[in-house]
Amino acid sequence: MSGLSRRQVLAGSAGALTIGMFGIAPAHAANNAEDLIKAFTGGKSTTEGKVKLDLPEIAENGNTVPMTVSVDSPMSDASYVSDVLVVGDGNPNGGMVTFHFTPASGVAEANTRIRLAQTQNIIAVAKMNDGTFFTASKQVKVTIGGCGG
Amino acid sequence: MATAVKPRIKLDKKEAKKGDIIEVKALVAHIMETGQRKDAQGQTIPRKILHKFTCTVAGKQVFQADFEPAVSANPYIQFKFRATDSGPVVLTWTDDDGSTIVGEETITVS
Repeated sequence: MSGLSRRQVLAGSAGALTIGMFGIAPAHAANNAEDLIKAFTGGKSTTEGKVKLDLPEIAENGNTVPMTVSVDSPMSDASYVSDVLVVGDGNPNGGMVTFHFTPASGVAEANTRIRLAQTQNIIAVAKMNDGTFFTASKQVKVTIGGCGG
Repeated sequence: MATAVKPRIKLDKKEAKKGDIIEVKALVAHIMETGQRKDAQGQTIPRKILHKFTCTVAGKQVFQADFEPAVSANPYIQFKFRATDSGPVVLTWTDDDGSTIVGEETITVS
């Protein structure tokens, strides 16, 4: 459930870079998603929880998939979410979007629409102002060919 | 060309009490070229996306987002902020070529 195992990364690494937006892909492709998370957290460990990822189970059109990220936080000057990184492990590039919140945001919630090249795991990592990290992930199945089902 | 685009911005309320949470929805027309696609001659089409979005309220930044090519064409963004001061709500998108798209609304806080 939580991110990629080392084995999956190794298995997918060979073919991943050549996969285009509409290519047929292995179940788990490796891209730079793990590296991006490492760079974001500075190597610190992340805890599951607090973060909520709202995505459809099945996306028939991978070109525009609505995604909402919300983080449970009082968003006060003393305790707030500063940044949220969202990555996917099945796109040519892992990075998707990074949200930067401030206490003036009031609520740590944002929505945008993303492109998904294939079925993949979406991982959100939230950075709190006290330097702790929380994470959530969700798999989205992408129907290529647009015939539903 | 990008600078001529007029973003569509909606605040869920334009008059608020201090401390109210305001929801902002914004949509801007942009191709968001990923840099992955190839044209008919097999040449890679260079990347051209809006890579940065910021929102300031009464001159103070409340929200920022960094977009990667994985953000869909005609990017949509929805977020919230806490109303504290009356003033302009300025939304700015920055293109890879350095140009910006700016949209503005006004909020009145009583």
